[in-house]
Amino acid sequence: MSEPETHPSLPLAAIVAFAVIAILPLFLSDWITFLIALALAKGAVVLGVVLLLRGGLISFGHALYFAIGAYAVGFLTNRFGIGEALVGLPLATIISALVAAALGLLLMRFRGIYFAMLSLALSMILYTVLIKFYDFSGGTDGLSVRGFTLAGAAPAHPGLVQYYLVLVLTAAVVYVGARFLASPLGYLMQAVRYNEIRIEYLGASASHAILGSYVVSGAISGLGGALVAYLVGHVSPELAFWVSSGDFVFVAVLGGTGSVFAPLIGSIAFEFVKNYALKFSPNTWQLTLGVFLLVVIYFQPQGLWGLLTRLRARPR
Amino acid sequence: MGSPYALAGQATVTAAMIDVQNVSRAFGMLRAVDDVSLSVGEGETVGIIGTNGSGKTTLLNLITGYLQPTSGRIVFQGTDITGLGPRRVTALGMARSFQIPQLYTGLTVLDNILIAIAAHSGRSADFWTPMYRSDCVTKADELLALFGLRDQAAATVSDLPEGGRKVLDVALSVILEPKVLLMDEPTSGVSARDKFSVMDTLMPALKRGRVTTIFVEHDLDIMERYAERAVAFDGGKIIADGPVADVLARPEVRRAVLGES
Repeated sequence: MSEPETHPSLPLAAIVAFAVIAILPLFLSDWITFLIALALAKGAVVLGVVLLLRGGLISFGHALYFAIGAYAVGFLTNRFGIGEALVGLPLATIISALVAAALGLLLMRFRGIYFAMLSLALSMILYTVLIKFYDFSGGTDGLSVRGFTLAGAAPAHPGLVQYYLVLVLTAAVVYVGARFLASPLGYLMQAVRYNEIRIEYLGASASHAILGSYVVSGAISGLGGALVAYLVGHVSPELAFWVSSGDFVFVAVLGGTGSVFAPLIGSIAFEFVKNYALKFSPNTWQLTLGVFLLVVIYFQPQGLWGLLTRLRARPR
Repeated sequence: MGSPYALAGQATVTAAMIDVQNVSRAFGMLRAVDDVSLSVGEGETVGIIGTNGSGKTTLLNLITGYLQPTSGRIVFQGTDITGLGPRRVTALGMARSFQIPQLYTGLTVLDNILIAIAAHSGRSADFWTPMYRSDCVTKADELLALFGLRDQAAATVSDLPEGGRKVLDVALSVILEPKVLLMDEPTSGVSARDKFSVMDTLMPALKRGRVTTIFVEHDLDIMERYAERAVAFDGGKIIADGPVADVLARPEVRRAVLGES
């Protein structure tokens, strides 16, 4: 868990990985391209979950920020006719951070199952609000996201532009995540897991560390939600539903918490297994996913990322 | 501050660093600390002795705000700190080590030290600059050398022997450059060879820094060698207080603390 993020080959490997993802659309179908972009954007939300997992806190309600980010874009395009991503993305991120700051003041007092359940409850409140306030949110129909523009231009191939937008922003989020994990706050968050008494006796505050991490986590997750809104072109209350939160925790465990890249790898694996499971066994796709996670946890408790580090360590 | 008691306290010649005034703490029917008053001046080195359960650790918990007294008050540098929690008390300049080391067990020794350095320099909320900043690592390295932990810097704390964890626990409190340092059995669990070498470096350094030091100790060798003043506890009360040799020579102390008949 405490493996430092300072492995010298890591930035190079990351640059190569992002370069490979960048040329993929040349070879792959639009559908696969879309799926990768979707997985990367959701990977940002999973990274938000992982930042808290490092402190031993399971947020079982991160769909809250996913939905807030997505609906911020939904309202902006649908109600105000502003499809500009350079407005929507920062706005979604800021609103998510502000909501996280407010709710974090409440959540920072809780640990373990209480933290998990309270975050779940808060996300379900948003879900209910989105469903019930039809005039405001479109109810269960949700809102369509129209008129995507980037820097004032409506691209001829929005899918491709969005793909690269997601790629750049995911890289930025991973960078922020890496800096966070290597920072005093990132380490203090790990310290929360091990010993809160010592934190207080160092004159620092475990609750404040949790609040700070929660705001960073919420902001990142909101950005992920906003990207998904542009990609899918539609937002609905399901984004805030507990199953959606569950998926993020599922992917966090699947990918592992050992690196900022783990959530992206987990997310890509998850989207592909889910989609192919849906395609080949429409009635038992959840079962397929469940078996997949069980196999990964059984043979590779550190998640898929652990598999990669093991492969890298072997040739010596 | 405005109470006549505070004024009376300030009028005394030696300004008390810590002034424990008629403090009691009960756990149910048990009076773990029973009407204890203790005044410790700046730069003093006080050793506390007493049998298990005589109230020594409870007194440290009361002074550092981990426990609240049932009655009485605790004054630190003229400020009433009764009721403040450990974080506030620490921020005022008090640090403490524990009988059972309180560490980040899944992290490395160096991680532990650097977290303490970051906290002490007010960087706990910093989520952007690396904790492994070169000046901080240099400082950490000096501390590890001072405490003889340099070879274990990269070791995970849970893999450390008990003695190493004990020393690290003391190191974390020293990093805070406190005005008052409270140590709960700093050498228990540390090998006979290492305990003197650690104390020989630590205690003169604290003395030079005019750090007021209060430590609980069972080891009478350590007590005689490093404490200037001894306070003996029995049944939650102070039964003797004075120069170490005098206190250890008193028959009631020898009876209660050393088990002599």
